[in-house]
Amino acid sequence: MIASVAVNWTALEPVLPELLLIGVAVLLIGFDLFLPRQRQLLPWLTVIGCLTALAMVLGARPAVGFGGMLLADGYAMVFKSICLGAVILTTLMSGRFCAVIGLRQGEYYSLTLLSLVGMLLMAAAGDLMTLYLGLELMALPIYALVGLHKRDGRTSEAAIKYFLMGGFASALLLFGMSLVYGLTGTTEIARIAEVITARQLTANPALLLALGLLLAGFGFKVAAAPFHLWTPDVYEGAPTILTAFMSVAPKAAGFAVFGRVLYLGLPALHDQWGPILAVLALLTMAVGNITALCQQSLKRMLAYSSIAHAGYALLGLLTGTIEGLAAAMTYLVMYLFMNIGAFAVLMLLAAPGRAGESLDDCKGLAARNPMAAALMLVFLFSLTGIPPTGGFIGKFYLLKAAFAAGYTATVVGAVLFSAISAYFYLRVVRYMYMDEPQQTDVLHVSPGMSAALGLCLLGVLGLGVFPGSLLDWTLAALLGM
Amino acid sequence: MSIPLLSTLIFFPILGGLSLLIVPRQQTATIKIMALIVSLIEFALCAPIFLLFDKTTFAMQFVEVHPWIKALHINYALGIDGISVLFLLLTALIIVLSILVSWQSITTKVQEFFISLLLLEGAMMGVFCATDFFLFYIFWEAMLIPMFLIIGVWGGPNRIYATVKFFLFTLVGSLLMLVGVILLYQNGGHTFDILKLAGQPYSLKLQLILFWAFFAAFAVKVPMWPVHTWLPDAHTEAPAAGSVILAGVLIKMGAYGFLRFSLPILPDATREMMLPMLVLSVIAIVYGAVICLAQTDLKRLIAYSSVSHMGFVTLGMFAFNQHGLEGAILQMINHGVVTGALFLAIGMIYERTHTREIKAYGGLATTMPVFAGFFLLFTLAAVGLPGTNGFIGEFLILLGSFERAPWTAVVAASGLILGAWYMLWLYQRIFFNEVNEAMHGLKPLDLREILTLLPMVLLIFWIGLYPNALLGFLHVSVGHLLDQVNGLGLAGQAAPLTLALHP
Repeated sequence: MIASVAVNWTALEPVLPELLLIGVAVLLIGFDLFLPRQRQLLPWLTVIGCLTALAMVLGARPAVGFGGMLLADGYAMVFKSICLGAVILTTLMSGRFCAVIGLRQGEYYSLTLLSLVGMLLMAAAGDLMTLYLGLELMALPIYALVGLHKRDGRTSEAAIKYFLMGGFASALLLFGMSLVYGLTGTTEIARIAEVITARQLTANPALLLALGLLLAGFGFKVAAAPFHLWTPDVYEGAPTILTAFMSVAPKAAGFAVFGRVLYLGLPALHDQWGPILAVLALLTMAVGNITALCQQSLKRMLAYSSIAHAGYALLGLLTGTIEGLAAAMTYLVMYLFMNIGAFAVLMLLAAPGRAGESLDDCKGLAARNPMAAALMLVFLFSLTGIPPTGGFIGKFYLLKAAFAAGYTATVVGAVLFSAISAYFYLRVVRYMYMDEPQQTDVLHVSPGMSAALGLCLLGVLGLGVFPGSLLDWTLAALLGM
Repeated sequence: MSIPLLSTLIFFPILGGLSLLIVPRQQTATIKIMALIVSLIEFALCAPIFLLFDKTTFAMQFVEVHPWIKALHINYALGIDGISVLFLLLTALIIVLSILVSWQSITTKVQEFFISLLLLEGAMMGVFCATDFFLFYIFWEAMLIPMFLIIGVWGGPNRIYATVKFFLFTLVGSLLMLVGVILLYQNGGHTFDILKLAGQPYSLKLQLILFWAFFAAFAVKVPMWPVHTWLPDAHTEAPAAGSVILAGVLIKMGAYGFLRFSLPILPDATREMMLPMLVLSVIAIVYGAVICLAQTDLKRLIAYSSVSHMGFVTLGMFAFNQHGLEGAILQMINHGVVTGALFLAIGMIYERTHTREIKAYGGLATTMPVFAGFFLLFTLAAVGLPGTNGFIGEFLILLGSFERAPWTAVVAASGLILGAWYMLWLYQRIFFNEVNEAMHGLKPLDLREILTLLPMVLLIFWIGLYPNALLGFLHVSVGHLLDQVNGLGLAGQAAPLTLALHP
């Protein structure tokens, strides 16, 4: 008997981009298996898939799907765009780099896309269940991706480390979620807030314990100190292309759920999580910036710098105000362009048989390739937060929001750490412009790489000079939340 | 006024600098000529501003206001008054001369050098034109990038230490100012417009916090004692053009910041902090001068003399009277001209001898008489000989500080004596004494070099003999500034000065 089941296809509308990406991921595997000679088309297929998904995300109307499990609102739209942007940019950069280090391409692109689907689910999660589902879907492919480059001993170590640490963090998170469920009887994030207010649970020690566990779990995901210990090793061990991707996309997705749970689910506990996050933010900036000072590997330095930037973004989150959250989102958009741009130049330095990851490798870059050096200069000054780059506007907005919320001491701390960070970013500039080159081979820039670098430059300078529309966009996205 | 003159002044050199990217890197001659033409046009663009400027009002002129970042209430707001107009001219002139003096001394990465120079010019123009605090901060910080490169890439042997020190000192100061700016925004009615921020009743406590936050940025830039230590290193290691720009324009911005922000926005705190500021100024004057006597490096000596001279500027500024303030602003211009000229001259001689050691020189007056003549003139202007511009500025400052607190004038005057000592002694060691072996056969100044120095000579005498040409721009704006500092009740003190100084 074939019963005609009434399927309401329109219910799938909020997850159409995700479904499309899953389709593309499957297609990529098939392509890789059956048309091995056409592998150079894989990155372009990935980019086209992501661009289509991006258009769908940006064009979608705000919707609530699956009875509140998915909230495809403006907030989700911003974070989805950041994650999609990160994948598009890194895929554009990947072609030649994967060939240089001998990375398997088919698996790489399909796993990236599957992980991306997880991030999109996280960004839109309206329920602790979907949140966790997205989180694991994001993390599992990345564990595999980190270990994908089998011939390098470091990557295997990084993969194991990441897997164990990630599993531990997930366990903490789950424990926290189960406590929340036990206290409130619901997993829907918006309902949790209602129940907490209705039953006046704010002083409940179990809820505070749950809050602590959630903060620790999210802290792992966004690599905030003191939960950052896995980050430098994993970032350094993974292939650079993946480090670029990991330092932006999963972090943005982590901030998406972080913000959603704190702002939508636990606003009543702001008195507790505000100061805790302030301490975490300061600690993260301190660890990231001070440890980066003494790195000899450029890649590891950028890893620490990405820890520090998570600290800056926390500055917006901890305010508990709409303006603060908007500032954090704005900052992540800026960070997408400047960080991936810096990693892109780092990838240019790689050559067959030479990793090109140490500070010595960028010596004299200005003489070898003036354009690459100039681009790196812009990205590094943006990471430092010097106008007229996007990094400055982003940081300014964050400081202003934190100041308005009354976290004066945290702001002063952030400013001082930001000054410290100038030293190690400048060191790279110094090596590029003020030293003689140690290698003389010509840098090979593929068309995809040029496109990615161009987009990053446009993002950093364009958003630095005309940040108005971005600021309006993030603010408008939140006011609809 | 439909032509946005000030925007043109800011963005013309930036676009001109970027247009150098089109020229292939190897064609250095084309790059140099294009850069020179851009800077000359920029200088010519200042002429309408100079001529159309209305000296009878303190209001901002050539105003341009456009909303920029609406979410944060930030405007793209430009305007100039009597305090800033002269600096635009000075900046444009200094850049032209910097390009000329770099003609042969810059041999590596030529394209990058001239691009940096022109981008720097755009940012400096922006600093003097901005009337929105946020916009000001953008330009203020953006200057750091090209300057960092100019010192670090084309500087002397110890350039990396010097440029990193310069960058970090300035950055820490600026970031503290940034916190102050945000604090001011929160308490000043959510605006960055400096005209609206001034004249609001802030509590004294808030004013004092803000005063020190701004002090961090401005005092480092001036530089005031004890945060001056980056300056000797940066000056010494920078290429000639870098030193000229540093001395000519960049360090003026600290004092300009005090005039534009600290004094009008925080009048109570400024009055409260007058004594410490006067003391710091006097220390800088005497300390800088004494240190000069012990220097063995030519550029380092001039650098320390800058510390001393800028001490005079801050002394006049914090005397809060018409004489002191006008003297301070005039002395900023004078110092830019005279020290800029000295660094130009040192750059020329360094190109020939490749040493900055004073000991290595001797008897230059015999081998390069024309150069010796120029240098003598600059030395006398630096000493403050009547008839040169240095005299007018220092005289007004001493007059102003004597009216405020006679003892400061007495101590500061000793700086003049020390100044004459170290400058004339320097002149003696370099140009007289026995002719040093290495000084034989040096190429005399060519036409390009003479043309580089000549404008400075003209300015020295023009300002020295007819100071009202420049003071005329200042009277009304300075009077208004004094009203703001003293509160309107004391306006009587601020009657415009009608002083015609004749040597």
